Amino acid sequence: MTLFLEQILNGLQLGVFLFLIAAGLTLIFGIMGVINLAHGSLFMVGAYAAAVTTAYTGSFWLGLLAALVAAAITGMVMEIVVMRRLYHRDHLDQVLATFGLILFANEATTMAFGRTPLFMDVPGFLNGSVEIIPGVIYPVYRLVILAVGALVALALFLIIAKTRAGMLIRAGSTNRDMVAVLGLDIALMFTLLFGLGAVFAGLAGAMAAPLVSVEVGMGEQQLILAFVVVVIGGIGSVKGALVGALLVGLVDTLGRAFLPDLLRLFFDSATADGVGAGLSSMSIYILMALILVLRPAGLFPMAGQRH
Amino acid sequence: MAVLFLLLAITLPWILEAVGEGFLITLASRICIYALAAMSLNLILGYGGMISFGHAAYFGVGAYVVGIFAQHGFEGSTVLGITPPNSMALTLPLSMLIAGIAAAILGALCLRTSGAYFIMITLAFAQMLFFLFVSLERYGGDDGIIMLGGRNTLGPLDTTSDTQFYFLCLGPLLAFIFINHRLVRSRFGQVLQACRQNEPRLAALGCNVNHYKLTAFTIAGAVAGLAGGLLANHAEYVSPDYVHWTKSGDLMIMVILGGLGIALGPVVGAAAFLLLEEFLPVFFESMGLPLLKEHWRIVFGPLLICIVLFARGGLLGTVQGRFAPKMPQEMKADEATP
Amino acid sequence: MKKTLLAVAAATLMTTAAYAEPVKIGMITTLSTGAGYLGEDVRDGFLLAVKEEDGKLGGTAVEVMVEDDGRKPGNGKQIADRFLKREKAEIITGVIFSNVSPVVAPIALKAGAFYISPNSAPSLFAGKGCHENYFVASWQNDSLHESAGVYANELGYKNAYILAPNYQAGKDSLAGFKRFFKGEIAGETYTKLGQTDYAAEIAKIRAAKPEMVFQFLPGGMGINFMKQYAQAGLKDSIPLVVSAVSMDDKIMGAVKDAAVGVRSTAHWSMHQDNAANAKFVEGFKAAYGRNPTVYASQGYDTAKLIASALKATGGKVKADADAFRAALKKADFDSVRGEFKFSNNNHPINNWLGQVVEKADDGTITNKIVKVVAPNHVDAYTAQCPLK
Repeated sequence: MTLFLEQILNGLQLGVFLFLIAAGLTLIFGIMGVINLAHGSLFMVGAYAAAVTTAYTGSFWLGLLAALVAAAITGMVMEIVVMRRLYHRDHLDQVLATFGLILFANEATTMAFGRTPLFMDVPGFLNGSVEIIPGVIYPVYRLVILAVGALVALALFLIIAKTRAGMLIRAGSTNRDMVAVLGLDIALMFTLLFGLGAVFAGLAGAMAAPLVSVEVGMGEQQLILAFVVVVIGGIGSVKGALVGALLVGLVDTLGRAFLPDLLRLFFDSATADGVGAGLSSMSIYILMALILVLRPAGLFPMAGQRH
Repeated sequence: MAVLFLLLAITLPWILEAVGEGFLITLASRICIYALAAMSLNLILGYGGMISFGHAAYFGVGAYVVGIFAQHGFEGSTVLGITPPNSMALTLPLSMLIAGIAAAILGALCLRTSGAYFIMITLAFAQMLFFLFVSLERYGGDDGIIMLGGRNTLGPLDTTSDTQFYFLCLGPLLAFIFINHRLVRSRFGQVLQACRQNEPRLAALGCNVNHYKLTAFTIAGAVAGLAGGLLANHAEYVSPDYVHWTKSGDLMIMVILGGLGIALGPVVGAAAFLLLEEFLPVFFESMGLPLLKEHWRIVFGPLLICIVLFARGGLLGTVQGRFAPKMPQEMKADEATP
Repeated sequence: MKKTLLAVAAATLMTTAAYAEPVKIGMITTLSTGAGYLGEDVRDGFLLAVKEEDGKLGGTAVEVMVEDDGRKPGNGKQIADRFLKREKAEIITGVIFSNVSPVVAPIALKAGAFYISPNSAPSLFAGKGCHENYFVASWQNDSLHESAGVYANELGYKNAYILAPNYQAGKDSLAGFKRFFKGEIAGETYTKLGQTDYAAEIAKIRAAKPEMVFQFLPGGMGINFMKQYAQAGLKDSIPLVVSAVSMDDKIMGAVKDAAVGVRSTAHWSMHQDNAANAKFVEGFKAAYGRNPTVYASQGYDTAKLIASALKATGGKVKADADAFRAALKKADFDSVRGEFKFSNNNHPINNWLGQVVEKADDGTITNKIVKVVAPNHVDAYTAQCPLK
């Protein structure tokens, strides 16, 4: 039972990372109508900036700051140089151009930092673990990730529900042309929105850096999962992104943790682990296919985007 | 033009031998294989307007059919009670058949959606197959299948000869170029292209649009399966990498690079893509740019973006001076419907 | 044009022998991914030996071509084809991973070239599948882990949780450990190759409450695992006994304090006292500015082994394959691990050392040799090999 609880926490933690990436993706997708494959690269930029800065200065906070700034700048440059030209193109062009961006980003990172992954330590004050309830010992750092995820989600909902900027976002995602008619500097708004999405992805990258190896291509694995999240949740819906992210995180982690044990009743352990890992990876996509077949526009379809 | 192309293709092995670069014939075989796969994608993407981001799935299924037979053949075991065939006359049609069935089933599900959701669901199904192959412990899992028994045989031909194998790849390609030519001009092809231009109107005319789309999707899947079967034989190796989503991206790039919706576009695109991959590093080195030689992708990426942004007709479209018909703005079309 | 197609190592440029074609050595190794430093160290160790002789090995000029396989068998195959068919390489070496070697080795052997492994040595080529032109300068995969099993017995552990990535060498590793470990197996888990987050696995270990953990997670995987294992607070309550590849100098440097107390076995140590090792360690530090890892020692030994055979045949490889083979088998060179001899299956017979990671008073972390735990360890497959 305690093991089950611990695995649920692990699943939620993966969900937090996915939510941070998917939130930006879904906003950009919903409002600007752009499929951005290179969004995962922003996650990578955040992770690299955090790892390099922390290694150089020794300060986790500076590393985190560097990650957010680097991701925001990269995101906005990306928007101004390439993405802006794609708003009125069809999805095929968007997919291909951003695919090109991935190639560029990965190769540039390789040139700058080499192929050997970078490693970053968990900041000293967050090291170690606590017993959250009797029998469940959990690393502090991972708990902090969960907390940060909850805070970001809350903040984002407040922004969207209560502020003028949020109103524009909501308006933009239902009717893009209308917002432009309102006489707003739509170009600037798009650039800033892109920057905001990038900051979330960068934050996810910086938080993930101490847990995984910081390497070229780390963004793509997350990106595809984030796309699944966006599609499950419904394009443009932040609520959908949150629900989708937690769903995908839980399904993936619980599958990976318990399917092999279940299969071990029938196979030897190497086969069980192989098939179990495969099945749990597949389960996410099966979930997505099921949802799309039943609800072709996701769980929380946005008004104005009918199919 | 066409005759010249044909002549070059047929005499290529001897030309390469004459200039002392005989080993490049294996590259030519790969070009033929990828050209075939890209042409099949062009059928749905270029003519049908279906943006499939998971075409490598059917490519991979075809390859795995050959790989799985080869593994059982080498072990001397049976598959589902049947002795595995080792002749390309059997393995390749089976690759086509099984990939076609997979495409028919998955296509029927995918075609329930449209627009961005279609792109994502095709990608998702391809990823699902990717992880399925990764989990096939019996067939090498992550590492895939090494065809220890070598290539499949075909009658009296020596398939281990790189030159003869080249013709084995060129044959299906030429055949499909011909079939594609006929298909596009048939009633079926006309309806398919009309789907891309204005689907609601076609539906209003009482035409079962999805039926046509699914048929095209299935044909494309089967032909991609054939290409996959050939690649498995060519490399004597099959792995989940064949189904990786970047492979689907590569195929799309080939189609766009050559010219979307142009019959020979994918052939030109595949050739350009693979030649760039092979010779861009060499080019940079001879230019005295050793750093770019290793990191040629840093040039390839922006090049791709530029082609998308500024040369919409691709290489062939630009050369021919006519641009490919514009793709429908699917999101826009959706918004237009009440 | 042919040459320009390849990454030609610096060694070529130093080649002074203008009169004879240099012997071509194709090195297919892993330079990218989280395990990229394994290949880098094998390469750098190998090239150090070439540099010591100014572009020669055993007095014969060599051209070392290095390419990255990205840990993918498909890439390995393509590179092998190119090296053998286009470049006419006579010796293939460098392969790190045991998912790549079963693809590369047969291609090399079929082409009549010699395959000399600096690292990967799957069971496939150690028993019935051994080959007269297939040599290994490191160890047989299982031996690495068999010695860890012996060490765990000596330390008195009665049950162990074991985990490894799900690929050939991973399965070999757990089989090897179990072959010699006398205690019970509290749990057995296979992870994904290249996995970075081990939270789910660590939770399982905690729940299973074993006396010790044996893991085979080389390269970046090991770094992540060790860090996360220490963060989870398990390092001191459930100690680790691992093989050399899961606790090399690089991993130790990356995880720092999280490595203290970890026990491992190795066939070579930086602290081993012999003339060849002293020269190697000094030379490596001077040339690259870092401590050599066990992989670097293997790369260096591989080059020295080739050098000894080239010296005996006067630079002939395929031209006098019988003589070259016989000379390789003699292994007449001073290995950095001390004595070096081959078993009948062309795999070395090693003395395995037990080590423990300690933190010195000045804060430096070193892997201290405790004692020899498995002397003259012959691998488990040698009897099945028909070679003499």
